[in-house]
Amino acid sequence: MLISINLPGKSDAALLIKSVLSSIEREFPVPTTESTAALQSSALTFQELLFRLQSFWADRGCVLQQPYDVEVGAGTMAPETFLRVLGPKPYRVGYAQPSRRPADGRYGENPNRLFKHTQFQLILKPPPVNVQELYLQSLEAIGIDLSKHDLKFEEDNWEWPAGGAWGVGWQVMLDGLEITQFTYFQQCGGMDLDPICAELTYGLERIAAFLQDVDSIYEIVWARDPETGAPVTYGEVRLAEELQFSVYNFEEADVAKLWEHFNLFEAEAKALLGKADGLFASETATAGEKQRFPLLATYELALKCSNLFNVLDARGAISVTERVGVIGRIRALAVGVARAYAAQQAA
Amino acid sequence: MSDFLLEIGLEEVPARMIAGAEAELGRRVKELLTRERLLAPEAKLTTYSTPRRLAVLVEGVLAAQADAEEQLTGPSWKVAFKDGAATAAAEAFAKKAGVAVTALKKVTTAKGEYVGVTVKREGVGATQLLAGELPKEVLGLYWAKNMYWRAGKPERFVRPVRWVVAMLDTAVVPLEIAGIAAGNATRGHRVLHGSAAIVLASATSYQEALRTAKVIVDVAERRYVIRKALDKATRSVAGARWREDELLLETVVHLTEWPSVILGDFDREYLTLPEEVLVTVMRDHQKYFAVEDAHSKLAPHFLAVLNTETDAEGAAIIRHGNARVLTARFKDARFFWEFDQKTPLTERVESLKHVTFHKELGSYAWKTEQNLRVTRELAAVVKAAGVAFDEAALLKAVELAKTDLTTELVKEFTELQGMIGGLYARAQGLGERVALAIYEQYTPGSTEDNIPVSVEGQLLGLADRIQTIVAMFGIGLRPTGSKDPFALRRTGNGVIKILAESDLELTLDGIYSAIRAISDGSKDTFNEVQAFLGERVKSYLMEVRGFAYDVVNAVTSAGSIVVSTEVTLGAENVRHTIARAEALTAARGSEDFVAVAAAFKRIKNILRQAEEKGFTLGSPNSVELVAEAQALWDAARKLTPQVAVLRERRAYGEALALIATLRPAVDAFFDKVMVLDPDVQVRGAHLGLIDEVLRGFSGIADFGEIVTP
Repeated sequence: MLISINLPGKSDAALLIKSVLSSIEREFPVPTTESTAALQSSALTFQELLFRLQSFWADRGCVLQQPYDVEVGAGTMAPETFLRVLGPKPYRVGYAQPSRRPADGRYGENPNRLFKHTQFQLILKPPPVNVQELYLQSLEAIGIDLSKHDLKFEEDNWEWPAGGAWGVGWQVMLDGLEITQFTYFQQCGGMDLDPICAELTYGLERIAAFLQDVDSIYEIVWARDPETGAPVTYGEVRLAEELQFSVYNFEEADVAKLWEHFNLFEAEAKALLGKADGLFASETATAGEKQRFPLLATYELALKCSNLFNVLDARGAISVTERVGVIGRIRALAVGVARAYAAQQAA
Repeated sequence: MSDFLLEIGLEEVPARMIAGAEAELGRRVKELLTRERLLAPEAKLTTYSTPRRLAVLVEGVLAAQADAEEQLTGPSWKVAFKDGAATAAAEAFAKKAGVAVTALKKVTTAKGEYVGVTVKREGVGATQLLAGELPKEVLGLYWAKNMYWRAGKPERFVRPVRWVVAMLDTAVVPLEIAGIAAGNATRGHRVLHGSAAIVLASATSYQEALRTAKVIVDVAERRYVIRKALDKATRSVAGARWREDELLLETVVHLTEWPSVILGDFDREYLTLPEEVLVTVMRDHQKYFAVEDAHSKLAPHFLAVLNTETDAEGAAIIRHGNARVLTARFKDARFFWEFDQKTPLTERVESLKHVTFHKELGSYAWKTEQNLRVTRELAAVVKAAGVAFDEAALLKAVELAKTDLTTELVKEFTELQGMIGGLYARAQGLGERVALAIYEQYTPGSTEDNIPVSVEGQLLGLADRIQTIVAMFGIGLRPTGSKDPFALRRTGNGVIKILAESDLELTLDGIYSAIRAISDGSKDTFNEVQAFLGERVKSYLMEVRGFAYDVVNAVTSAGSIVVSTEVTLGAENVRHTIARAEALTAARGSEDFVAVAAAFKRIKNILRQAEEKGFTLGSPNSVELVAEAQALWDAARKLTPQVAVLRERRAYGEALALIATLRPAVDAFFDKVMVLDPDVQVRGAHLGLIDEVLRGFSGIADFGEIVTP
């Protein structure tokens, strides 16, 4: 199953795996105590891929965070990125972020599309001058021997209008596959960033499928039993979730209730932002009073609205004319939080 | 004489911006050296670029500016020297010029005697000048989108500058760009060479030093290498050819430093997908060249241009990886293709209500309704002119034209809208006429494209574009200056191109009558659209057909200069406008014709003056004319009906030749006759005469517009 390809004769996949293996050995001597099963079964499992990336960047001074526990559409929206990039304070952080795109769900039937995919998100603020070289080293660390592959940095600029955020950068193409989005953040919350930061977003499913040379995301080996080498696949871990959330997002989600939730979250966020405006404009408020104001909680309310919008959109409940207006409402919250957060940091 | 090298080392610059920046950098360096008198007459300037660098090599830079002498003039002698002694004014001037007072001399000018001095300006060295001036030039480069990267945001550039090489022969020019001090070390290919610095021995060793570090810095050379590699890779498939694609080639040239090519395969089963979809995936999404067999049919191979060179093992891995990605994309496309078929186009009409055309106007269902109205009018006009077409198929095509906007395949490949609708229509058995019209509705996409081949496609394309223009003008979105966010000029160009290059026998007046079917009755909108399409005709004649501007003005204003208009632009098939422009362009070669044209211009001016002065026009027959006037009148009366007949037959060349025979009569008339005779009767007769001449012969062109030597 691991090597399922269309090519005849001596398989290129065998060559691929051989080369991946040799590079792994060179870069990361495997301790003899570790089970040989993983080695025999070649490429990194899904979870090993994440481990490698985490340890690579931890070794280079990054804080390793856990996935944010509120629904987001991308790692960028987690506060570790969206809020941390604001202000002057240097920060380096990496985290895996399950990212929900309700409209992309395909009931688990499409081998390349997911409702929820996993990003490994990295923020380097400010970017080191050798950030691209570090990135290339991280590819070597996950077993990609660059001398056997074709790598290109192709222009791809990024923006999240609802967050007032944009940057310039590249999609990194490895043998024709986009494996990473590399962005130099320029603005967030409608404010110029200084210093800027580099954001690297690794698409873990794609990279794992590439390393393991499987044609379907669901065939990715997520983990292996250290004793027997028996695989647990991505499909075993996540297929039910893909199916059920597709059913929910496309068929079952209660449109009226979603709107109610949306309005409630929005109302609460707006009320808090109103208070924040008064507090941060106040001459008499102390720094302590400003710093204890719950902007992080306000931001969560904004994220809730963003996710509800995505579900409503997938459900086909947002007409084209409404769309712009609703995005504007989310933008008001996200940008409002970002501005208040910047003021709070300065307090 | 020295050689100067500048290289800006960058993180990967967007491919689309490199060629422009390379040329601009060369221009700026050349202008700087010229301005500063540092460029030797025989100097040679060469520019280079890769995704990671922009470079200029100038062979023939002077080591320093030549010393120069400058003559300075100061205050008047009388003020500067009183009784032979220097005053404060003289002292100040000497100080400013940097000389002793004793060096001041008396200079005599037309205005009197002044203090003067000749100062020597020592030439500044090239190193010093370049170090001071060049950074500004580099940071002044234009980029379509640029960025900040350093703390404090001191400058913006396309991507971070990572190294700078600036050398005059073997020495480093001490300059600094974006915080990076220039040196003599460049960098090679990221993977093939690694991060080790390459120290250049001299400026001129640049190209060869980088070649050993696996970078071809010359763009033309990379283009050549890629072409050859494409040829070679394709030869492994008997009878195959790679499909030429200039734009794609330029893109990959600017995405590589050390290009090579691999040929990969995909499963034959995907060839059942429409070729348009396969090529779009390969070209637009993957930047692969398509391969065709000996019959120009798509073959199940692709060509990927790599930015590396590798061994057989690496090539196998890369080939396999690219094929995997392509197959996944094809699989997606096939999934969409099959999924879309479950809901035929005919069942998608209703859902167009949910697709917005423009928020102030309405949905695509609304647009379709409007398009149908315009189409019915156009169809009636064209049918009356005897053009054969399938009206039922046409109306069906208009009704379904926009339904592909609701398909998954168009959501995935927006650039294929229209084509995909046509392909679905064919697959769903809606008839070839219907399918073809839908397929062709957006052609021509540019002035270089062909027009739709089917009459139904032409009419659908016209109706759709006219509706868009009228609707957008109606809500005040007409193009102004450089602003044309809805590309309405291109839309208008499409209308004119179809009118000019089809056999529809359709005039602009025909178009205007169709507009009335959807117009809100606003006279302003109607007039604006009319003027706009008139401008598009002129633009078409000049830019697509290459006619001179005065010829275009002459043929587009023909007949409108006098009160009674026989030929107006709107009433004429654009093809005949082209024929008139061709005849006029040919006639310009005839000396007699040019002379007559000049005389017509004179007539126009005289008539204009006469009108301003309130002179009345009389009948040429009301007085006894002098011989030359009578001769012109006779000649004109004889020729007018003949010219009219020729014009009617659209024998414009012959008509113009006939008009040119008026020359002796016209020359003699202006030689001997005083047109504005003091006698009111005679003057009136003369004015009437030239007015008749002008009217009689202006139906083909307004000769007054022709620029004569």
